[in-house]
Amino acid sequence: MIKEINILGKHGWQYIPDLEDVTLPETFRGRPVISDAITNEEAVRLKECCPVYAIETSPVFSIHLGKCLFCGECSHVCPDRIRFTNDFRMAVTREEHLVIKAGSAEPVYPDVLAIRPEIRRLFRHSLKLRQVSAGGDNSTEMELNAAGNVNFDMGRFGISFVAAPRHADGIVLTGPVTANMAHALRMTWEAIAEPKILVLAGTDAISGGLFLKNTAIDRSFLSSIKPDLYLPGNPVHPLTVIHGLTALMGVRIRGGIPRK
Amino acid sequence: MKDTLIISDTSLPVSLAEIPVTAYALFRQRVLTAMADENMHCVSYFAFPDDGEYRFICILADDQTHQLCLMGHRDQGPFLSLTADNPAFHVFEREIYERTGILPEEHPWLKPLRFSVDRQNSHKGMDHYPFFNIAGDELHEVGVGPVHAGIIEPGHFRFICHGEKVLHLEIQLGYQHRGIERMMESSRGGLSHALLAESIAGDSVIGHASTHAAVIETLSGSRLSASLSIERAVALELERIAMHTGDSAALCADVAYQLGQVVYESLRTIIINTTQRWCGNRFGKGLVRPHGTWFPLNEDLGRIICNNLDAVMERLLPMVDRLFTLPSVVSRFDGTGAVSRSQMLAVGAVGMAARSAGLKRDIRWSHPSMPWKETAFQPVVLETGDVMARAMLRKIETEQSVSLIRHWIDQIKEQAGAIEQPDYQRTLLPDALAVQLTEGWRGEICHVAITDKHGKIMCYKIIDPSFHNWMALALAVRMQEISDFPVCNKSFNLSYCGHDL
Repeated sequence: MIKEINILGKHGWQYIPDLEDVTLPETFRGRPVISDAITNEEAVRLKECCPVYAIETSPVFSIHLGKCLFCGECSHVCPDRIRFTNDFRMAVTREEHLVIKAGSAEPVYPDVLAIRPEIRRLFRHSLKLRQVSAGGDNSTEMELNAAGNVNFDMGRFGISFVAAPRHADGIVLTGPVTANMAHALRMTWEAIAEPKILVLAGTDAISGGLFLKNTAIDRSFLSSIKPDLYLPGNPVHPLTVIHGLTALMGVRIRGGIPRK
Repeated sequence: MKDTLIISDTSLPVSLAEIPVTAYALFRQRVLTAMADENMHCVSYFAFPDDGEYRFICILADDQTHQLCLMGHRDQGPFLSLTADNPAFHVFEREIYERTGILPEEHPWLKPLRFSVDRQNSHKGMDHYPFFNIAGDELHEVGVGPVHAGIIEPGHFRFICHGEKVLHLEIQLGYQHRGIERMMESSRGGLSHALLAESIAGDSVIGHASTHAAVIETLSGSRLSASLSIERAVALELERIAMHTGDSAALCADVAYQLGQVVYESLRTIIINTTQRWCGNRFGKGLVRPHGTWFPLNEDLGRIICNNLDAVMERLLPMVDRLFTLPSVVSRFDGTGAVSRSQMLAVGAVGMAARSAGLKRDIRWSHPSMPWKETAFQPVVLETGDVMARAMLRKIETEQSVSLIRHWIDQIKEQAGAIEQPDYQRTLLPDALAVQLTEGWRGEICHVAITDKHGKIMCYKIIDPSFHNWMALALAVRMQEISDFPVCNKSFNLSYCGHDL
């Protein structure tokens, strides 16, 4: 008993009381900011350096957060032009909002109007999710686990992952969707009762990432179902996950729970 | 021509012409004779198309002499399998058969491995796996997966049970197959290869990325600077500490010991946040690049790492002390999921799992690269091979890794040299082979790259430790209660994507 008290004493309070009030280290690569002073020559060079075609040069220079692997290589090619900020708030509800244009330093927020009304009506106080990994490399999966751990404590908002599709309100999909997993993914989706949501977590799930043009990948599932939430990252940070899911549910996370 | 090529320094490329090609009968005899010595094990055995035939290369590691032995043959038709005499080859020959269609005759367990996209028999897919079955009115089967109850990668487990007792477990993998090896041979080049290497297994980012970088550096004929090799070693040991701590949390969760779970979880957060502070990513993505680094390990960072490790150890030690004396935990760990030394040897197990059962296999000791070469390092070897041994091994290895990191960070202060930046454009030597081994937290990671006459990578072979070890998990649960499967599984914590590639 004394041992346990000693351990608990050292353990202390581990949860982050206010998840809005967190500053990640400067090294963290989150939402990029692109200078509008970018020249044509630089734009071409930057586009060429990106192995996942996340950079577009026309009509304006932009980075697609759903394609970006956040490797930061472009920010090394032109450090004056591209900077990855430590802003983890990158979750969006519309795919077009994943595109960060040159000159825009605005934070990214989910568009409330794009959220189906039944999601907020039914899931506001409780959102139970099924996780399907379909070729995920296990880093996003571990971050989804971490979102529910003692530090980030996603359970305080009524969000948790459940052990069966029959108990779930939707799927959080990770990985580029391998052909070998395509059937099981579809079956899991069909086993969930309506209304249900689809969340794409991580670059691999959103765009296929590096694996997009690979024949071992079968993304036909995503051609028929429109995702409700996109969570960019490689892997997606637990704070991005919680920020996105609570925004979808319409739950305020500011303020949090006071310590004592 | 010699029948075996012996190499002692893997940082030098091997000319493809020097690698022996012998008649299969001689090859088979040489391999089996060598493998009769238990200090030898197979790190890679694969085939690649060459002049209308397949060329096979087998790489054996000798733990005593610290050397690698390369042998090879060239074949089109069926041959007598090595597995018939040495079961450790079962998984290599299954892969070769799946991809080339060349039949290893008398293979006792010739099951599909992962239904890879380049398989010969494309009529059969994931739904056609031929499961082993036992007839009997008193037996029942339990199927689990591919989608599991928690947040975990997919795989299918088929148990044959008598009551609560598991008689047999068969594990069907392949759901995670992304075709990484083929992409390594065809992608756009340097940077995309480095990014692919990072996503082979997201829990072993440093392990795979540094093995890949070393392969590329070897093929470009360059030598790694001391500071860069120390940086990678520190990152690798940090990854080991983080994963061992996270696995300890999961082991506690599986035996319903909540205090252990939350304490270990919060300690893992500190460790991976340290990696995030260093390179901007909690798993180390972006940290390891060929020929250089964007995130040099300087004195300031070294101090932060050491301080954070101090904070972790201060809370870890009392937790460990409690965990391994608590009867409710000990009774669930002790004797559960035991795999004997001879079983580990037979299936060719590596890394942590092998060391937990008395098998001394650790690349950091047997085939050390820099800076392990200059560090007196002895692997931790335990005897019982059960869940307790694998939990205890994590504890001891964590302490060992912390002291290794402190030792190397002390050295950084002495050598502030020029910082090399990554380089993705260097040309690779033509007609050459490079093989690199790294002891990741799970076990040995082996990458082999072969270039063609233009210096383009024509064959890239990745072996994750999970490739060797999945069969050991299947053995571990035999005659166990099926309710002990989760804790057995977690004690190995094998990679699905690392296996399926």
